[in-house]
Amino acid sequence: MTQTPLLKVNDVSKFYGSRIGCRNVSFELWPGEVLAIVGESGSGKTTLLSCLSTRLMPSSGIVEYHMRDGQYRDLARMGEAERRFLMRTDWGFVHQNPADGLRMTVSAGANVGERLMAVGDRHYGNIRATAADWLRRVEIEEDRIDDQPRSFSGGMRQRLQIARNLVTSPRLVFMDEPTGGLDVSVQARLLDLVRGLVHDLGLSAIIVTHDLAVARLLSHRMMVMKDGLVIEQGLTDRVLDDPREPYTQLLVSSILQV
Amino acid sequence: MATPLVVSEVAKSFTMHLRDGIRLPVVNGVSFSVKKGECVVLGGPSGVGKSSILKMLYGNYAVDAGQILIEHQGHLVDLAHAAPRAVLEVRRDTLGYVSQFLRVVPRVSALDVVAEPLLARGVEQAAAREKASELLAKLNLPRALWQLPPATFSGGEQQRVNIARGFITDHAILLLDEPTASLDATNRRVVVEMIAAKKAEGVALLGIFHDEEVRDAVADRVLDVSAFSPRKVAA
Repeated sequence: MTQTPLLKVNDVSKFYGSRIGCRNVSFELWPGEVLAIVGESGSGKTTLLSCLSTRLMPSSGIVEYHMRDGQYRDLARMGEAERRFLMRTDWGFVHQNPADGLRMTVSAGANVGERLMAVGDRHYGNIRATAADWLRRVEIEEDRIDDQPRSFSGGMRQRLQIARNLVTSPRLVFMDEPTGGLDVSVQARLLDLVRGLVHDLGLSAIIVTHDLAVARLLSHRMMVMKDGLVIEQGLTDRVLDDPREPYTQLLVSSILQV
Repeated sequence: MATPLVVSEVAKSFTMHLRDGIRLPVVNGVSFSVKKGECVVLGGPSGVGKSSILKMLYGNYAVDAGQILIEHQGHLVDLAHAAPRAVLEVRRDTLGYVSQFLRVVPRVSALDVVAEPLLARGVEQAAAREKASELLAKLNLPRALWQLPPATFSGGEQQRVNIARGFITDHAILLLDEPTASLDATNRRVVVEMIAAKKAEGVALLGIFHDEEVRDAVADRVLDVSAFSPRKVAA
């Protein structure tokens, strides 16, 4: 195999004053790989996601990204403009609350088209056609293209947020509890959609979730966090079927069977 | 030509941290190999560790000690110590598994569940679906069900979807965990024929079959797992 990791994370820690956000996290993410970070609230999973996606600066440690030109770049040493450009084009970030990732007062089509303009698209007709195509892919009726996401249901908003993030063909997508606020039936549809898109586009993704069923369905590999530390990691079905650490066993045994 | 599957001195126990750290030994000193075109059946009473052995071989259970050597694309991979992405690659190209129960994904049709292992290897969708249709027809799954997600299927129907999914690729090693448990006599015979065809292609098969008739029809040899059970050693 001649592949190289897309993201190299080396000994990343984040402290909030004397409190620990996350501590000594190291891993590599490979192209096409989906990594789930699981753990209860306050375990540090969202802090870690923020450090990886440059929304927070780590207190120590290095996060390196494999740029399209083949070079690894230390994200902390990147200029603000360059980092913003990366986030708008090569990366996606799907927030738990779609209102954080969408512009609620512009149309659905413009929400998708805005990211295309960031990568230099200027032809209105092409942008609109691509936006319409992406609405179809995330199962939003094309005649809603001029409506604002304010008039959309929670599930539709989340699907629109996903379309907005994927339209620029990013290589890496971060997701923070993507199904968090949704009904179970809406969750299933969204999960199936995300699963299909990740597979078809060959995306790499890092998904933070407290829902082990979501991790099982979407991820290849998972990391379990507790008190800021990664306490167990491995192949997703190995961690869930044969959990080794006391806390992981507790998590797995707490799932309700239906 | 290397032996496709060699298991050497494998040991496994469970530590139940939520039960005061009780340690449950499962198997010890598991050593055997499976040749090309051979079907080895794991025998012994329930609870002796047959399924656990299959799950370790698939990377589903962690291994405490020993090696699981798999011939993958011309070199040997020790699955007991391989990184997750290496395990996934071996599963995609070399090592197939028919589990006892189908894990269904909402909204995905039976036909696509079966076709998925081929799609993952880069086969065109139309070709993958055609091969999936062939297998489902051979296993007598009513055509009306093909486009439906298998969540609402009966046990026997789900199992046939699972078998079709496991048999669709040309993996060199196939693990079978009671693939005929909920099938009627006609479909059991179909599965026996499919196993015979895999053997003729040189696939190494390792399985658990409680049905004696099926076992006698497919097994080249039976490996008694109670020999690896630590409980027996203690007795």
